[in-house]
Amino acid sequence: MANDQTNASPDASNEDRRFFLKQSIAIAGLSAVPTGLLQAALEPDDGPVGNAVKIQLSLTINGKRKRISVDPRMSLLDLLRENLGLTGIKKGCDFGQCGACTVHIDGRRTLSCLTFAVMQHGRKVTTIEGLSHGGQLHPLQEAFIKHDGFQCGYCTPGQLMSGIACIREGYADSPDEVREYMSGNLCRCGAYPNIVDAILEVKKEGLKV
Amino acid sequence: MKPFQYLRPKTVSEAVSMALDNPEAQYIAGGTNLIDLMKRGIASPPKLIDINHLPLKKIEHRYDRIRIGALALNSDVAQHKLVKTRQPLLAEALLAGASGQIRNMATVGGNLLQRTRCSYFYDVALPCNKRKPGSGCGAEGGINRTHAIFFNGSEVPSCIAVHPSDMCVALAALDTSVVVAGPAGERRILFKDLHRLSTKEPEMDTTLNPGELITSIEVLDNAFTGHSHYLKVRDRASYAFALVSVAAALQMDGGKIWDARLALGGVAHKPWRYWAIELMLRGQPPSEKLFREVAEHELQSARAGEHNAYKIKLTANAMIAALKIAAGIS
Repeated sequence: MANDQTNASPDASNEDRRFFLKQSIAIAGLSAVPTGLLQAALEPDDGPVGNAVKIQLSLTINGKRKRISVDPRMSLLDLLRENLGLTGIKKGCDFGQCGACTVHIDGRRTLSCLTFAVMQHGRKVTTIEGLSHGGQLHPLQEAFIKHDGFQCGYCTPGQLMSGIACIREGYADSPDEVREYMSGNLCRCGAYPNIVDAILEVKKEGLKV
Repeated sequence: MKPFQYLRPKTVSEAVSMALDNPEAQYIAGGTNLIDLMKRGIASPPKLIDINHLPLKKIEHRYDRIRIGALALNSDVAQHKLVKTRQPLLAEALLAGASGQIRNMATVGGNLLQRTRCSYFYDVALPCNKRKPGSGCGAEGGINRTHAIFFNGSEVPSCIAVHPSDMCVALAALDTSVVVAGPAGERRILFKDLHRLSTKEPEMDTTLNPGELITSIEVLDNAFTGHSHYLKVRDRASYAFALVSVAAALQMDGGKIWDARLALGGVAHKPWRYWAIELMLRGQPPSEKLFREVAEHELQSARAGEHNAYKIKLTANAMIAALKIAAGIS
C-alpha cells in the first residue's frame, strides 16, 4: 500500500508523510475506503492553500500561539482533544446537537464539532482549560460547585463555556431567558435548575466573566 | 469522511472561478449544515472553498433598504440596531432559530442555502429522492408527521420535506432580494424565486447556477414596524425546528389594515407566502373573525399525509394568533 502513495505533495515533510500514511492505512482498515480516494488525497497542491494532505494553520489557544498542520477533515474538536490534549472539552453527539464541545472563538461561543480546524486559521480559541488562572477557578465554575450544577459532569465544560457567553451577551436576566439562551446545551442528568441558578447568581453579583 | 481539496480565496471573483472549475465544488461559510452532512457521508464535495475570508460581513442602510452581507453571522444580524429598528420581524425570526452557538457560526448566505431536509434524507439506508434522485421517498409511506402540507397545485411532489429556516420565513414575508455573484457578474434574485418546489429535480433546492455565490441580501424599508410578529410552534420550547411558523406583518392606519404580509415555515418545500390572504386583508379592520376566515380559506388547498393532518388546524390557529399579535388585538 505504501508503494501506491508515492505521489505525495512536494511540500509535505517526510514526517508528515509518514504520519499521513499511517493515518491513511488506519482509515482504510477501519472503513474500507477504496485506495483510489486516498490517492486522490495525495495529488499535488493546485490551489492557494493546499490539498487534503496537511494544511498549516496558526491558532491562539488559551493565550498561546500555535502553528499546527492538520488534515482539513479534522474538526476543531478533534484537533483540541486528540492532537493538543485539551480533553476538558467533550465530544457528545459530534453533530452540533448537544453543546458539550462548546468553546469560545474570538470570545464567542461556538460548537467545535461543527467546524473544521482549518477554517479557524488566525483565530483565538478559549477552552475550559483556559478559564481558571493560577489555580483560581472562574466565578461561574465556583457557582456551579456551590449550586451543584452537575451530576456526571460530562456536559459541564460546555455548559460553563456557554453560560459565560450567555452572561456576556446580556441574556441572563431571568430564569426564562437563561433557559432559552442555554437551550443549545443538553444535560442528560437533568441539572438544569441548578445550572440556571448558578448563571443567574453570577450575573446578579455583577462578577467579571 | 472523503478527502477534499481545501481552498481559501481572498476575493469574490477568485472564489467564483475556483467553483467553476468543478461542478461538485461547494462553498463553505459557517459549516453548520454542510459539515453535519459531510460527517454523515450525505455530502462529499471533492473541493471545499472556504469563503470566510471574503469581505462580506457588512450590515448597512442604503437608500431605501438594509443590505446585509452574506457572511454576517445570524447572531450579529439579530442584534444589529438597524435590523432591530427597521426589520424587527427578521431579528425575531433569527432569534427563534437554532441555538446561541449555532447563531454565532451560521451566516445569512448559509442560512438561505441550508438543505430542505427530513430524517429520511439523513438515513442513507433508506430511499430519498433528494439524496439519490429517482430512489423514491421514504417519508411518503413512512413517518411524515413533520412534513409538508402545501404543494405546487395538484402535482405530485418528489420530496415532501420542509425548508427548516426561520430567517427565510421572515425574508419571504418582507421585500427581499438576494444578490448573487457569478461568472457573468452580479444579478439580483427576488426572494420568492430563490428556493424551488420539488415537483422536478428535488436534489436542487435553489435556482442558483453553478459557481454562483450569494454576496448579500437586501430588505426594503417598510411601514410594518410595531405590527409584525414571528410565531414559532415546535415540539419543545427551544432549539427545535418549527412544526409550523408564521411571519405576519401589517401596515395599520385608522383602525384598518392597509398592507399585509404573511409567510409560513414548516409547511412546504420552501418558505410559503400567502399572496391571496394579503390581498383579502387589505382595507379591512382587523378582527379574529376576519383572520379566521382568511386562514380557513387558504387552508382549503392544504393536503396532509398519514401523520400530519394536525398541521392543517395548527397552521390555521398559528396564523390567527400571529395576525392578532401583529394587529395588537387580543
